[in-house]
Amino acid sequence: MAKVLMKGNEAIAEAALRAGANNYFCYPITPQTEVAEYMAKRMPEVGGVFLQGESEVAVGNMIFGAAATGKRVFTTSSSPGISLMQESISYMAGAQLPCVIVNIMRGGPGLGGILPAQSDYFQAVKGGGHGDYRLLVLAPSTVQEAVDLMILSFDLADKYRNPVMMIGDGMIGQMMEAVEFPDKDADPKPPDESWAATGAKDRKPRIIKSLFLDPVKLEENSWLLHEKYERMKKEEVRFELYKVKPENEFMIVSYGTMARICQTAIDELEEEGVSIGLFRPISLFPFPSTQILEEATKENVKALLTVEMSTAQMMEDVVMAVVGNRPVEFYGRCGGIVPTPEEVKEKILEMQKTYSK
Amino acid sequence: MNQYEVTFAGFGGQGIMTAGQLLAYAGIAEGKFVAWIPSYGPEMRGGTAYCTVVVSDTRIGSPIVTNPRGICVFNRPSFDKFEPRVKANGLFIVNSSLIDVTTSRKDINEILVPANEIALMEQNVKATNLAILGAFIGATDVVDFETMKNTITQKLGKRKELLKSNLAVFDRGYELAQKHAGQKEKA
Repeated sequence: MAKVLMKGNEAIAEAALRAGANNYFCYPITPQTEVAEYMAKRMPEVGGVFLQGESEVAVGNMIFGAAATGKRVFTTSSSPGISLMQESISYMAGAQLPCVIVNIMRGGPGLGGILPAQSDYFQAVKGGGHGDYRLLVLAPSTVQEAVDLMILSFDLADKYRNPVMMIGDGMIGQMMEAVEFPDKDADPKPPDESWAATGAKDRKPRIIKSLFLDPVKLEENSWLLHEKYERMKKEEVRFELYKVKPENEFMIVSYGTMARICQTAIDELEEEGVSIGLFRPISLFPFPSTQILEEATKENVKALLTVEMSTAQMMEDVVMAVVGNRPVEFYGRCGGIVPTPEEVKEKILEMQKTYSK
Repeated sequence: MNQYEVTFAGFGGQGIMTAGQLLAYAGIAEGKFVAWIPSYGPEMRGGTAYCTVVVSDTRIGSPIVTNPRGICVFNRPSFDKFEPRVKANGLFIVNSSLIDVTTSRKDINEILVPANEIALMEQNVKATNLAILGAFIGATDVVDFETMKNTITQKLGKRKELLKSNLAVFDRGYELAQKHAGQKEKA
């Protein structure tokens, strides 16, 4: 298929349709409202369901209901809206329901602002709602990658019967880039419907729930979920290396659009003779801890820098990954202010002075 | 050309976003990497609007560019805001129909384009953005002249009665910038 120029939000919407997700529930919020707008137009064309709920709380529960029928379903929102959905997300994790949730993050906390941020990292990767559960979390850095990961998200949600979250910032939602969609649409039918509430005609009813009053049953369910998360850690780690070479003295760890800005900084630093590479986690849960440790402990590496549009959230996972083997520094801006390549460069040059002693 | 960044800035309704998108489409047509990023925030009708387009032969890193190689300003507030941001030795295209000042910077190439008058000459008052886009292509050749015209024909071709004047306005902008380049060489 030919390349088309699309806004990130619209491309995410179209990608979901290509993945056979014909059920979409939403409540508008900047900077992701274009997804809703696009879906309102496209869903009737494909005979799917578009429904704007009365609030994100309602939307979360609509997703639960639709997911329980075994059909592909998704929602998109931005930070405060995602907070309102946390209860149902926890319920879906507990009831093992597949769905895809997209968070086009804006600055917080509270109502915050509407400009790009990455301040929902903790919420996305550490649970967000209550209970022992995890989401599989993916973070694209280009509009094309948003398309690819969106399609992948539905497959992963089905594979693990678990909610998958894709997080991007306002920049990726608003930016237009050339994208290419796969030629063939995905098979909209999930691989296994043996658990779904499809109508109990001529068979026993199936019960989908997250309530287990018997502690033995609840513990069983919790360990079952834990096993899934451990399996994700083995099978679903995704990352990309940029200019990572054995002679590198420094390594930046950064994700999403922030990583692209670091890429530009790295190109410029390279011209000035600084040996530096970029480790870009694509899956934030499971986090590529082992791989970061491996790259960080290469002989020449002096220190790591994490760059985020937050006040150091992913940094905690990086610190845990390198387990004291290397210093980890941080540079970030927040509240909707995006670090420039110049700022990142300056920070690295400063680190070079500190660590070359 | 390895990478070119350009910002279009003006007020809502001047076709700022469209000008940027046309350039991005033309970039794709030539097989280049493109990124188009708008200003977004709490905006209002008639308020300021700007977008930045990056056209590159290789994968694009930062889509946000503090000091682009080219900036095209459509109104006075944009002139004031963006004039200091043009990269040294960069290009500064000014809509002289609405902006009555010129740059005092010696390290940039300023081209004055009376975009509103050019558009009026072709009885197509809404096409000021194409006069500026024409001048931009004339001055930079970021994409080929013909590619850009084909893109305009494709994207704005629905309203056939306007297409001819749209292209004519683009041509006039283009010629003006080419003439400007010629004069500079002589000088």
